[in-house]
This record gives sequence, structure tokens and C-alpha cells, in this order.
Amino acid sequence: MEKNISLPLKEEDIENLKAGDYVYLSGVMYTARDAAHKRMEETIKKGEPLPFPIEGSTLYYMGPSPAREGRVIGSAGPTTSSRMDKYTPGLLDMGMKGMIGKGKRSAAVSEALVRNHGVYFAAVGGAGALLSKAIKTSEVIAYDDLGTEAIRRMEVENFPVIVVIDKNGNNLYETAIEEYRNYKG
Amino acid sequence: MKVVHTSEIVKNIREMCIEANHYLSPDMKETFENAMKEEKSPLGKMILEQLDSNLEIAKTDMIPICQDTGMAVVFAEVGQEVRIEGGWIEDAINEGVRQGYTEGFLRKSVVRCPIERENTKDNTPAVIHYKLVPGENIKLTLAPKGFGSENMSRVFMLKPADGVEGIKNAILTAVKDAGPNACPPMVVGVGIGGTFEKCALMAKEALTRPVNERSSVLYIRKMEEELLQEINNSGIGPGGLGGTVTAFAVNIETYPTHIAGLPVAVNICCHVNRHVVREI
Repeated sequence: MEKNISLPLKEEDIENLKAGDYVYLSGVMYTARDAAHKRMEETIKKGEPLPFPIEGSTLYYMGPSPAREGRVIGSAGPTTSSRMDKYTPGLLDMGMKGMIGKGKRSAAVSEALVRNHGVYFAAVGGAGALLSKAIKTSEVIAYDDLGTEAIRRMEVENFPVIVVIDKNGNNLYETAIEEYRNYKG
Repeated sequence: MKVVHTSEIVKNIREMCIEANHYLSPDMKETFENAMKEEKSPLGKMILEQLDSNLEIAKTDMIPICQDTGMAVVFAEVGQEVRIEGGWIEDAINEGVRQGYTEGFLRKSVVRCPIERENTKDNTPAVIHYKLVPGENIKLTLAPKGFGSENMSRVFMLKPADGVEGIKNAILTAVKDAGPNACPPMVVGVGIGGTFEKCALMAKEALTRPVNERSSVLYIRKMEEELLQEINNSGIGPGGLGGTVTAFAVNIETYPTHIAGLPVAVNICCHVNRHVVREI
């Protein structure tokens, strides 16, 4: 089912999203990948505030290629999410609601999504040029020294994603594969 | 004896970095178009269409196909009749990578030390494999390797008793574990035989073989075809979201090995399988 949803995610949106839904997201998301997650964890341990409001936020696991002159951003597709699994349950417990990446997640992440009513979306891996067209603004807001791994605040319009794990813990990677295993037509 | 100046190597490597990251190679293009016709899942088809528009946008707007523009892997086959002037070939290759990645707006994804992890800021050094060959040409193959798929690659030190079944199981295990992480439809490079490092290197080299070219050894060719069928029966599909096209090809390379061993390496690549070949 196709849906249009504004970010930040609201409880009623999350309530209605099901694994397999094709969703166009519009609004604000933040980028963070390996090094930024590590630094966020250190920040939390020190009791200091995170560089963006975590409550209701959606994180995009992405480190772009450099933007050519006059462009908002370079290629901007998802990176493999499982490398962030270690940090994710803690962030969901703090109020993060959505994540965009690619690939499988751990059981602990799935449980934290159910516990906190969150959603894990996949963007199409390897479609960085196409996805960059949906990004309207991009601004580094923290950890500038990390280069491509810095945290960016981005405004997106009709950013295409697919719900992989919904708030009930349904997992599209598991169900869709079953449907086409030994497919005979 | 032919003389090649290092400036020519720099120039070619620079151009190859940019080319590989913006344009799909002709062999991959043909395979990709066939896959779009074959895929049975509607969502799978839609993902292949997205990937197809992505390739179109990449070349017309000069935006890299993928933000992970990879670590530059270079195979340099150097004819033994060639004399290289103007410095060390390795410096020339790295200079080409430096220029290609900085001037081509490609992402710098290389850290100097795997422990301290400080970015080198120009994507150097490349990973370079040299081979001394007969003749007076230099053949350069550049394959920028993204780590979504690289991280899912495996080496299995099997026993001779494991045989063909053991080899197949190893390959299928690697592919299934990779699933959506490797940006399928994938290309599966396999090295069988040799030693621990030789099989890994063959698996990487196998990825640079034209994707529509099967092994010239009949029983290996049969194994490639059977494995492709089995992988496509796994249901993983484009983007790992279910479908009938999980891989474009299985490319197997073999080498003599020890009486006690059966090394198998599986190097997985994404649907773009970037590689550019040039001869100087």
C-alpha cells in the first residue's frame, strides 16, 4: 500500500504503518552512521544533550558523497543498518521513532521497536543518485570533523522507503522471501 | 621494449575511478535489462526500475551511482617487456586514485589505520594486486569496492571430503547470510582451491570477469549455472524484499590446491559490480 507521511512521525502514523507499505516521507530527518553513533553514545554517557531533539526523530543511516557546486548533496543512499544495532535500542528507549537504512536488524532492535512503537524503513540500497533528488536541504549540525559521517539535518520531499519492521515486529525481509522461495509462478 | 610513463597511469586511473562510479559497464547493462524482464515480484520489479532510473540519473547528472564509491581495488597486469619511467608504479596508481576521488566528487571512505580510524581524506591507498605477464602492455582493472557487500564475503577452509556439495553449501550460506545487506541482485565471485589467500584473491578477480561470460571449464560452468538457479530460488530478490532475481551471475575461478585442502572464498558484489578495464 502506498502512503504519504510527514516527519516527524506521529503515533497515529506509526499505528497504521505495516511491514510492506511503500511510503513517501516528507519533512525533517537526521543522518548518522557508525562514527556518529559512537559519539552520540559517549555524549549520552557523559550526561550531555544530543545535538538534535531525539524525541520523535527519524534517523537516516547515510554518509553522502560530496556535493557538486550548486547542488544540495551528492549521492545519498542507505548504508547497512546492522552496524548500528548496538546503539539502536538505547536511542529508541530515549524516544527516537524511525530509522531508514538497508538490511537486517538484530532481535534486540526488533524488540525495542515493539516496546517503543517505532518503525524501521528500508530505502533502496544502491539508489543514491535517485534518492538524492528527494533531499531539498542538507546542513551539518554536529561532528563536522567526521566528514561524510557528520550528523546532518535534512529536509526531504517524497523520499521513497518501504516499511520493513513495523510496531508489531512484523518483518518484511522474512515474509517476502518466503513468498518467492522456489517460486513456480 | 615499450616505455610507459607514470603520468599515463595516473591519467588513466583518475578517469577510471570517475567512470566506474558513474557508468554501468556494458556487460552489467545487458544483464540488468534482462533481469527487469524476468523478475516476477511486483515490488521486486519496482525496485529494479528504481535502480534503473538511478543509473540514468547517475550518468546524466554526474552523481555517483552509489554514495559508497568504494575502496579502489586495482589489478595491474604488467608485461615483462615494459619499462616504466617517471617513478614507482604504485605511487602513480595512488596519485590517480587521489585525483579521481577528489576531482570527481567521490566519497573518501578510507581510514589510515583500522584501529585508530582517521580518514586519509583522498581515498588512498588503493588495494593493488600486481601480476607480471608476458608481453609489452599494461592492463589495468579498477574495481571500486563498496563495503555493504564486502562485509558479507567469506572464506571457508573446507575438507576434501566436503566435495561439490560442501562447496555449494558454503556459497549458498554466504549468499543467504548476505541477503538484503549486499544490495541484491548481486554478483557472486567465487575462488576455489589454492591457499587461504589465493582463493580470496580469485574470488575478487572473478567479479571482474564479464558478467555474461561463463567458465570455459564445462563442469565449472555447470556449477555456476546450478548455483545461480539455486540462489534465485532463495526468494531474496531485488533489495532483499522478495523476488526471483537475487543474483545476476555466479563467477567461479579455480586453482590447484593441496591434497589436504579445499579452500572456498565467496566475494559478493552489489547489482552495479563496478569495474573498468583499460590497456596501456
